[in-house]
Amino acid sequence: MTQSIIVQVGQCGNQVGCRFWDLALREHAHINTKGVYDEALSSFFRNVDTRRSDGENDITSGKIRSLRARAVLIDMEEGVVNEILQGPLRDVFDSTQLVTDVSGSGNNWAVGHKVYGPACRDHVVEKVRRAAEHCDSLQCFFLIHSMGGGTGSGLGTHVLSLLEDEFPEVCRIVTSVYPSAEDDVITSPYNSVLAMRELTEHADCVLPVENQSLVDIINKIQQMAHSGKPSQVIRKESTLISGRGGVGGTEKPFDAMNNIIANLLLNLTSSARFEGSLNMDLNEIAMNLVPFPRLHYLVSSLTPLYTLADVNIPVRRLDQMFTDAFSKDHQLIQADPKHSLYLACALVVRGNVQVSDLRRNIERLKPSLSFVSWNQEGWKTSLCSVPPVGHSHSLLALANNTCVKPTFTELRDRFMKLYRKKAHLHHYLHVGGMEHACFSEAVTSLSSLIEEYDQLESTKSLLWSDAPRLQVAT
Amino acid sequence: MSILGQCGNQVGQELFSVLISDSLEAQRQCRGEPGRAYRDCSLERFFREHNEASYARAVLVDMEPKVITHAVATAAKSSTWKYEDGSYFCQKQGSGNNWANGFCVHGPRHEEAVSDLIRRQVERCDRLAGILTMMSVAGGTGSGMGTYITQCLRDSYPHSFILNQLTWPYVPSTEAVIVQNYNSVLTLSHLYQWSDAILVHENDTVHKICAKLMNIKHISFCDVRVPLNGQPALERMAEKTKQGFNKSLANVLILRGKDVSGADPEAFLHPGLYSSWLPAGTAFSTWRSPVPFNGYEKSATLVSNSQSLLKPLDDIVGKAWNMFASKAYVHQYTKFGISEEDFLDSFTALEQVISSYRHLAYFHQYTKFGSSEEGFLDSFTTLEQVISSHRHLPRCRKQYGSSSEQIHTVRRGRVTNLTE
Repeated sequence: MTQSIIVQVGQCGNQVGCRFWDLALREHAHINTKGVYDEALSSFFRNVDTRRSDGENDITSGKIRSLRARAVLIDMEEGVVNEILQGPLRDVFDSTQLVTDVSGSGNNWAVGHKVYGPACRDHVVEKVRRAAEHCDSLQCFFLIHSMGGGTGSGLGTHVLSLLEDEFPEVCRIVTSVYPSAEDDVITSPYNSVLAMRELTEHADCVLPVENQSLVDIINKIQQMAHSGKPSQVIRKESTLISGRGGVGGTEKPFDAMNNIIANLLLNLTSSARFEGSLNMDLNEIAMNLVPFPRLHYLVSSLTPLYTLADVNIPVRRLDQMFTDAFSKDHQLIQADPKHSLYLACALVVRGNVQVSDLRRNIERLKPSLSFVSWNQEGWKTSLCSVPPVGHSHSLLALANNTCVKPTFTELRDRFMKLYRKKAHLHHYLHVGGMEHACFSEAVTSLSSLIEEYDQLESTKSLLWSDAPRLQVAT
Repeated sequence: MSILGQCGNQVGQELFSVLISDSLEAQRQCRGEPGRAYRDCSLERFFREHNEASYARAVLVDMEPKVITHAVATAAKSSTWKYEDGSYFCQKQGSGNNWANGFCVHGPRHEEAVSDLIRRQVERCDRLAGILTMMSVAGGTGSGMGTYITQCLRDSYPHSFILNQLTWPYVPSTEAVIVQNYNSVLTLSHLYQWSDAILVHENDTVHKICAKLMNIKHISFCDVRVPLNGQPALERMAEKTKQGFNKSLANVLILRGKDVSGADPEAFLHPGLYSSWLPAGTAFSTWRSPVPFNGYEKSATLVSNSQSLLKPLDDIVGKAWNMFASKAYVHQYTKFGISEEDFLDSFTALEQVISSYRHLAYFHQYTKFGSSEEGFLDSFTTLEQVISSHRHLPRCRKQYGSSSEQIHTVRRGRVTNLTE
């Protein structure tokens, strides 16, 4: 069994991270009724003997004593991290896992990347290394951050390249929250595009998330919850947005949205943590879903959003779950994969689902989806027998699809709108190490990424023929 | 027996269970000497008796522990046999469905440890008949590391017979690995250099027989366990093989159980099943044993080296080539040490195999010992001269020039001597 480390950077990253740990504990508590520290738990948690404080206090089997998250929390202002450390999750972290400062990055990527980056590099390396040493077999780093701000965006991407330098063999999966068009940080397009370049160069896989999509999902669930129809009463703790049953106390403003992202990560890692008939390791995700090194942006969609409370109503048909996974309502970014070109698609299924169900549904859905000519059978599937809390089964679809192109194009347009007028540039250029070249290189990188997606998409409607085979002398 | 990867270990464990149950069953059903002899022989070949327990002559390898742990536990639970302690090797992380990771990284890294385990098993054999490796071609460990280990086996035991049992990816399949075609191409092209025989079966079929096989390169295994009710069934089986018009290089029919001596495999000698230059009598053999297999009253198995594998192989190479033409996923392999050149070499090698099967040539069996195509041509030329001179005696006696003055038309027609 392998271990993974979560690196949460900035305000958004830490808040999402907090929800992740809460829901992870809830999930394991649901399954692990005997209180034994098992392999599933060890993928994200250490088991420590708190009576010793010398750092050699890991207990690898037997009863759970005290769980510690395999995490590194980084933030350049103390508010969010302090809140976590004083909240109900305080026992899951200790001071050796924190890298903090006081003044924040002022929503400025340059400050995060060029000032704080080098300044706390050694600290970060030390904390990450320590976390890695506690792992038997470290497989993956999960980086959680937002793109629009300063710390998550700037320092977060600096940490990403640092992870690549120090741990080149360990997979890097990044969950990035992209700003919406009406984001209240005016310079978020600058921060995002500057960060995009780093993601394209240094991440193995990126799971982009858009706030607007999360809001839409919440609205959909709440509409269902408040519809008043008795047949449509939903079980509150089963919704994708619920934190019920976790350790956390009262719900905070962004909790609902962050719970969705937390659930994404839990589902993504389920196959690596629990048993199943078709296991999928985390390094297999990158291997199968990323045919070209830069095109590693995956559109994720989660289903179901909730379970109905009335048990007399037949459990939602399995097939409906598969159909939903390919509907725009369930996606975490605003995009349209069904009308674009799939490079590859992964289905991570949890619960009591058989291979025959998988096959049937893939055959059913295939005709309405376009796959690139050389990957007509580009499906990667995994079956994990343990469903999420409150559900009998669930599905996470990860698509490498050219539909991300409009998202990136819009981002570039917003960037150019500001850049052409040189608006707010001085805030960045004042920072040592920042020059105009950083901006132009970043936008060039984004443009060429868009171009690559475009070229692939243009093959969609062409009649393709097999590549001519090698001729050998007979 | 060397068992590699998730699939290999699952199949391997099943295989040993069947071997044991078959030999015990044989003893039960066949009273007296034949049954006992069969049981002893079977057990001796695949198991080591020690302290009243049967230990499988096997080495299990996998990069992640789940499957091996399960296989060892299941075997231990059965009271009839088990795997030896310390006969398995595993790590903590898999190969990520990446052939290059298995071949270039895990293979060399763990070569010493695995070779050690194998040597220990070999030393316990009185006479090593051969090595059977079991692996899949679609994944990373079985395919990549399996290929690497086969290479090591060939180096360490150059005179041993090495048979690779491969699980072929079943297409279309939702359990597929997206890059399985790459993994398959790389595996097959490399194994061809070191393996004596490659036994293939599709993912959905389960192996129940481990038979001694002829020393031929590429064998396809039609597991036709047809309970024979007599003659008609045999003919039906031969009909099935004939219908595809697949030519065979060689076929072996293994009959076991009641009335084996009575069964007449006449249908398999039909010349339509074999290449025109291959007499059916040489290409086909029947092995009969009155000892029934694993409780079946009668059973038949056909092992065939034929063109029936041509289409699946061609499909896999075609799909992999399409992917390679777009350079898709290539970076995942190059980062572990496989270059685009290596890919091209693999494709070339397999296109050669496909072409050879299409035309059923046997050149490689001679060229590997030093004969060249030139040598063949010279031989043919000389013989054509002899034939020609005899044909034309006494009408004309011509001086025949050296072969360099003669233009050869090769391959399609006979060598024609244009000075005539």
